Amino acid sequence: MAKLILSLDGMVLREYPLSKERTTIGRKSHNDIVIDNLAVSGEHAMIMTILNDSFLEDLGSTNGTLVNGQPVKKHFLQNNDVVELGKYKLKYVTEAVAQPAGADFEKTMVLRAPPGGGAAARPEAAQAKAMETSQPMPKNFGDTVVNPEMMQSQTKSGGTLREAARQAMAAGAAEAPAAAAPAAAAPAAGAPPATGVVEAPAPAPAAAPAPAAATVTQPGPAVAGGALGTIQILSGPSAGKELPLSKPLTTLGKPGVQVAVIAKRPQGYFITHVEGTSFPVVNGKQLDAQAHALGDHDVIELAGVKMEFFLKPAG
Amino acid sequence: MSDLGRALEMASATHTGMVRAHNEDSIGSDPSIGLAVLADGMGGYNAGEVASGIAVALISKETRETLAHVHPYELDRGTGKPMAVRILGNIIARANSSIFQAANSQPQYAGMGTTLVVALLADNHINIAHVGDSRLYRLRGDELAQLTRDHSLLQEQIDSGMITKEMARRSQNKNLVTRAVGIEPEVEADINTFEAREGDTYLLCSDGLCDMVEDEDILLTLTSLSANLPLAANQLVQMANDNGGRDNISVILIRVRKPFPAARGLLSRLKTWFGKNGD
Repeated sequence: MAKLILSLDGMVLREYPLSKERTTIGRKSHNDIVIDNLAVSGEHAMIMTILNDSFLEDLGSTNGTLVNGQPVKKHFLQNNDVVELGKYKLKYVTEAVAQPAGADFEKTMVLRAPPGGGAAARPEAAQAKAMETSQPMPKNFGDTVVNPEMMQSQTKSGGTLREAARQAMAAGAAEAPAAAAPAAAAPAAGAPPATGVVEAPAPAPAAAPAPAAATVTQPGPAVAGGALGTIQILSGPSAGKELPLSKPLTTLGKPGVQVAVIAKRPQGYFITHVEGTSFPVVNGKQLDAQAHALGDHDVIELAGVKMEFFLKPAG
Repeated sequence: MSDLGRALEMASATHTGMVRAHNEDSIGSDPSIGLAVLADGMGGYNAGEVASGIAVALISKETRETLAHVHPYELDRGTGKPMAVRILGNIIARANSSIFQAANSQPQYAGMGTTLVVALLADNHINIAHVGDSRLYRLRGDELAQLTRDHSLLQEQIDSGMITKEMARRSQNKNLVTRAVGIEPEVEADINTFEAREGDTYLLCSDGLCDMVEDEDILLTLTSLSANLPLAANQLVQMANDNGGRDNISVILIRVRKPFPAARGLLSRLKTWFGKNGD
């Protein structure tokens, strides 16, 4: 469950769990979060919470509501957003991080109709996570008009939330070490997640995701430095022309004759043959169907044209 | 039953991703009958794989058998729609019962289910059935269009105007589907028919792709690598993994190389003459 941490001048005053579908904030005492300060309107703002998402709406307050310093009317709250009402700050904190295994958190689940249809909800489905999130669905969001179909489907799905049974718990414990490691390693600092997993045109179906064990055969040029891969044409009518490789994929060559593609990846630039009977040549060596990591100043020959790949320092 | 293998090219790739321990997705494709099936399973232990596996195996097998004696392009006199729509509806209903029964008879499979997207191509048309949040996109010219609408909480929120597509990308509720195969005794699939044109590329994918890769990059991949379909399929998977690969990733690509009108020539007319009434 997400919560709001109320603070004034850096002093934490109180925490409010967002346990209700609708949490109101204002100066008057009937609000869920009462801030008794004249800069705060009687009914200042409210937060709508739907399962794991929360939406902030300013209720036409006199002095307005800021999120991360920007005035907002409606805002989809993200973890660590700071909501300001006058001098008071409310920090929005989600507890997604508290899940035992981040990997299981996003597992697809079915929102299903309330029990009644035969062998409906099983007891094990009503586990902690499901219970926690199966609050009644909102009927509306502030002034937003909700179409009838929406209402209907929401009400329909407002019952039990069936997680795919015991897996989350059991697997959460069992898989956590294996799953968490790559999860943490991959996105961090642009560290290369397993090269060679899917570079080859021949897929590696169901290969175990073990970036830790993956051999980073040819570490591409350091993209981390911010250098932009660039192609300079060395021969032919366009000689001298530069082509920045800013897109995730750049194709080179003549369609129908010979085409290769350069993919920009977190771990560098890779060239792969796309079509044509002959394969690209890099530094005098003909490639096969596999992706090939490009190094600074590699010379590529493609469809009779010579070109050089180099890393252009950012700036 | 004519062979569509010369008109249709298909390529596929499936991958566990960078985070999960299992691949619960299943895929199957057969260009000769114009069929592609993709399922994203959910459920305890390996039950997700079981559910998606049953769905793909059963749908592939039964479609093949049904097409041996029913023309998918003939009109269903009851509804006025192509028979393919009825074929898909019936077969998905059977897949649903099989999974539901397995889930209810064996404790280790309790609660398993699967999303599903199926494409059945016949007579210059594509018939699309789906349940849950697996998707089908069409690339025509330079335009990428999503032809399925997710059965998910997020899609309902987008439809009602509560959140924008941009907000949806950051939502924590991505994983909540409102329909799945095998969870209830019955399931309703959305089934639609679209005209298919020469040069079209169709992409069936699990949410592991569209949650990790922007539509813009999917479009770029399909247009840049149109000459090499297997490479395009692998490139899409690679992009999802490069972006974090938080879920299993599966893609099936279908390219319409040539028009594929139904064989309504003399021979097939003769056949229907002697057989049951055709159109």
